[in-house]
Amino acid sequence: MEHGGIPGRDAVQQKGWWRANRFLVLRRISQLAILALFLLGPLAAVWIVKGNLASSVVLETVPLTDPLVLLQVLVSGHLPETAAIIGALIVLGFYLLVGGRVYCSWVCPINIVTDVAEWLRCRLNIRGSANISTSTRNWLLGAILLVAGVSGSVAWELINPVSMVYRGLVFGMGLAWGIVVAVFLLDLFVSRRAWCGRLCPVGAFYGMVGQVAVVRVSAIRREQCDDCMDCFAVCPEHQVIKPALKGAEKGLGPVITSGHCTNCGRCIDVCPQDVFEFTTRFSNSRLAVSGINPKREVSS
Amino acid sequence: MANNEHEHDGIDAGRRRFLTNTLRTAVGVGLVATTLGVYQRQARALPATAIRPPGAADEKAFQSACIRCGLCVRDCPYDTLKLAQLGDDVALGTPYFTARDVPCEMCDDIPCVKACPTGALDHALTEINDARMGLAVVVDQEACIAFLGLRCEVCFNVCPVRGDAITLDYQHNRRSGSHAYFIPVVHSDACTGCGKCEKACILEEAAIKVFPIQLAKGLLGKHYRLGWKQKEQAGGALVTPDQPHEYNLPEGMRYDYGGEGLIKEGAEPATPFSSNPLDTLNRKGGL
Repeated sequence: MEHGGIPGRDAVQQKGWWRANRFLVLRRISQLAILALFLLGPLAAVWIVKGNLASSVVLETVPLTDPLVLLQVLVSGHLPETAAIIGALIVLGFYLLVGGRVYCSWVCPINIVTDVAEWLRCRLNIRGSANISTSTRNWLLGAILLVAGVSGSVAWELINPVSMVYRGLVFGMGLAWGIVVAVFLLDLFVSRRAWCGRLCPVGAFYGMVGQVAVVRVSAIRREQCDDCMDCFAVCPEHQVIKPALKGAEKGLGPVITSGHCTNCGRCIDVCPQDVFEFTTRFSNSRLAVSGINPKREVSS
Repeated sequence: MANNEHEHDGIDAGRRRFLTNTLRTAVGVGLVATTLGVYQRQARALPATAIRPPGAADEKAFQSACIRCGLCVRDCPYDTLKLAQLGDDVALGTPYFTARDVPCEMCDDIPCVKACPTGALDHALTEINDARMGLAVVVDQEACIAFLGLRCEVCFNVCPVRGDAITLDYQHNRRSGSHAYFIPVVHSDACTGCGKCEKACILEEAAIKVFPIQLAKGLLGKHYRLGWKQKEQAGGALVTPDQPHEYNLPEGMRYDYGGEGLIKEGAEPATPFSSNPLDTLNRKGGL
């Protein structure tokens, strides 16, 4: 088979359009459905969810709070009411289970913007990339907590594009469209996956939450890999794939254990050989201990 | 030897690159953090027309507690509250209202405070009359028609704490000589800052406005002692009472402390004018 060209094309030929795009479609449905839930209230007066991603109330009872925002509040010296603390624990528990950066790929509206930028970057063949380290986001996460602590103010939320856009969509944008365009242009021209992959401290935080996440993507049939590189091409955090896919000799994998895997499932989509699959993080040890040939799980 | 040196260079170059990259990231992030730190200080400058919801502490404390979720906005039944958008003068995403547009209706159950998940709006506030969102000030005595001698009293009448937060001070109208001014006076011990007076002011531009308290309120130096209040509390003067002065007065004169002043014993009243105006007119030399 000839490789190269647009990633995912081979998968469509091999598996059909739906199986080569289903997680992408499901993610877009998830992102838009969550936004729709927030908009149902103000637009149609159906109050299933109230508030925005910083904090919300579901069906007038269940509080949900962004744990990073609450962390900033704590660091800045305010002890929040119990509602916010319970809300943050619920959200934290959820992401500990399904993977921290599931927030990034299944919920965050900026993801749609940066995905489109990446798609266009690929189609327009834009190669140049400013050298921004992927660890910059960790530094930024530290910096925003430091600023919150020193200034006694939830300062990051004054400029956070992620919360700004969501709040804008639900409560009124103002000039926030400018920020959306800025993030888009940054990803398109300055550096590949610059915002989500290198800068965003929200992603850095959820990446840390994801260190111990239960739901994980696994290169469960990695011996079938024919090195077409499509998964690397589409993966927003492609450094996470290699240890799982190519680590057999070093005793690594096949589960992608890095917290920065966003569980977007795009690698599952685009792989013509069906190497990847959603599993739990415990598949690694189970396979290692029992020595079962992962091939047994070939889907019918 | 040469090979060795080369290797040595390689290690050094790798370490150098690592250090350079780390330094670059650290400096870049440091710049962002510094800018953010400066910006958040400026973001505390709340414009005079932006009033925070009930239960909000001072701006510094409020901005350490508010997470910009908008739940207070959602639970406000009168659409008074709004979240600051990018480009507004108010700190991004924080709730506020503009009294002249939509004032606070002072709901008894204070739903905005109950909705706040972090307590940025203090849940200890359960009686809306205790709210101190701002303070009304009669800012323009030249334009307020009460100061022109016209009857208005709209601010006095719409006030939800009527008769306490705004009272009418009756003053003599010396221009007409026979009318009264009905001057509105705001009292900070009762004004909640709801802004209904500003909204209702009949002028093109309101003469009574609600300002954030730190803008509207003066502060008397702590060393001031108000004698009359202390006297009231203590039930008597705390300073040495005034003594009747001993004057070197002419024969037959005395000074009455606390009374009419200089008194001529056994004489007619101290005033040189007779109670009969004709006496004055007929007096020799006249006026």
